[in-house]
Amino acid sequence: MADLYTNAPPVLAPASAEAKNVLIQANTVESILPLNVKSLRYAVGAAELIRGVSFVVQRGSRNIVLGANGAGKSVLLRLLHGLLPPSGGQIEWAHSNAQFKQAMVFQRPIMLRRTARENIEFSLRLTQRGHRSRDSRGHRSRDSRGHRISDVASAAEAALDRVGLAHLADRPARLCSGGEQQRIALARAWALSPEVLFLDEPTASLDPTATKAIEEIIHAINKTGTTIIMTTHDIGQVKRIASRVLFLHRGQLIEDAAATPFFETPQSPEAAAFIKGELLW
Amino acid sequence: MSEFTQGFSTAFALIATANSELLAIITLSLKVSSTAVLIASALALPFGAWLALSFFPGRQIVIAILNGMMGLPPVVVGLLIYLLLSRAGPMGALGLLFTPTAMVVAQTLLIFPIIAALARQVIEDAWSEYREQLMSLNASRLQSMVALLWDMRFTLLTAVLAGFGRAIAEVGAVMIVGGNIDGVTRVMTTAISLETSKGDLAMALALGVVLITIVVIINAIAQIVKTTAMRRHG
Repeated sequence: MADLYTNAPPVLAPASAEAKNVLIQANTVESILPLNVKSLRYAVGAAELIRGVSFVVQRGSRNIVLGANGAGKSVLLRLLHGLLPPSGGQIEWAHSNAQFKQAMVFQRPIMLRRTARENIEFSLRLTQRGHRSRDSRGHRSRDSRGHRISDVASAAEAALDRVGLAHLADRPARLCSGGEQQRIALARAWALSPEVLFLDEPTASLDPTATKAIEEIIHAINKTGTTIIMTTHDIGQVKRIASRVLFLHRGQLIEDAAATPFFETPQSPEAAAFIKGELLW
Repeated sequence: MSEFTQGFSTAFALIATANSELLAIITLSLKVSSTAVLIASALALPFGAWLALSFFPGRQIVIAILNGMMGLPPVVVGLLIYLLLSRAGPMGALGLLFTPTAMVVAQTLLIFPIIAALARQVIEDAWSEYREQLMSLNASRLQSMVALLWDMRFTLLTAVLAGFGRAIAEVGAVMIVGGNIDGVTRVMTTAISLETSKGDLAMALALGVVLITIVVIINAIAQIVKTTAMRRHG
């Protein structure tokens, strides 16, 4: 996605509408996981922000990228999601259409100047080249993810309902509170039925009540089969959410472990110090 | 001083009695400038958005030229259009010189850079905020442009108004390509210029008052719309 406007993604051109529907159906069953990250590097000038990171993400897991500010967590997430081009290494998804099966929620929710419902409808209606379907008259019958166009409005309402914000459907999204906006952002991402959901410190600027609501939604999304890859520097949040912890320090992955052993027997002095709340820099 | 006061009182009398000559000039002015603004906006807003979202070698030069063209001297634009449309010019066969159409063309050319440059800045600022979200949603450049133009519509209204202000207030270009022909191409600014040179200050003042009032009212309406919309949509 980083080169979205210079190198357009391959446009598939099946011969018939039926063939396109078959393609969509096929896409829904082909998993983009596991994700295999090999020796990933990202540098800005002489500064190497991600230094040879390697790991594998399995389906259904809740992966927390943990580390202090400046460790490279957000950069890593953007690299995986395709918002930044890597300087080196490889990001290998199991299926080529990976960019259409992932979504991202940012630390500061970005809301369009529309109602909450329209924000979700917008993302549902966005055409993903090669995934559009048309009826026999050539009219669009489904949106980019295979939703029927007539279903988009109800899908948006259902998404808001799942995050407990159905009553705010017609409120301008930018006039909602920070916590509500983040829940709308989660509803928008969830509505796309992503196989992988990236979350970049989604509760960093929220109070405990809003944080609890967001964490419950993340668990709910994960229960539907969506793999979670999330950054945070909040130890408590890691304990509440993670099934696996990737500990980053100065751009290096220095610990990759299941959540329980990570906290009980950290293998690196940096991770042990971070867990104790000591300053690493 | 008494001449000044008398000029004003006569001017208000002309306005109050809806003087037909005055109305004809005002109507033509609004028609010409509104048409120019519509055409220029239809071209400049998408162009500004495209420039904001496009990265190519020489982009900064294009932006610098566009920004520089915001200060195009109207008489130079008028001269260029005159040369194009004059009988010996490349488009002379169209017979457009000294017609309202020629005035629309001149004003469109004059305000296109203003609207495009301001739109480019507005959309580029918005792009820096929306970029990651739109890219995350796999929006194409065209989809991003449309989304940003729609989302920034109330801010872009200011760019369009700046264009309208420039169009309705300029005199040089329309004077050259329109010729200030009574009943055909005479607009408020050219009429003010003519009436002043004739010494008919009352008519000139009346037109001046109307011109300023129109500009103020349109800007006030736009400001109210923008403020209300921003409050409603965030």
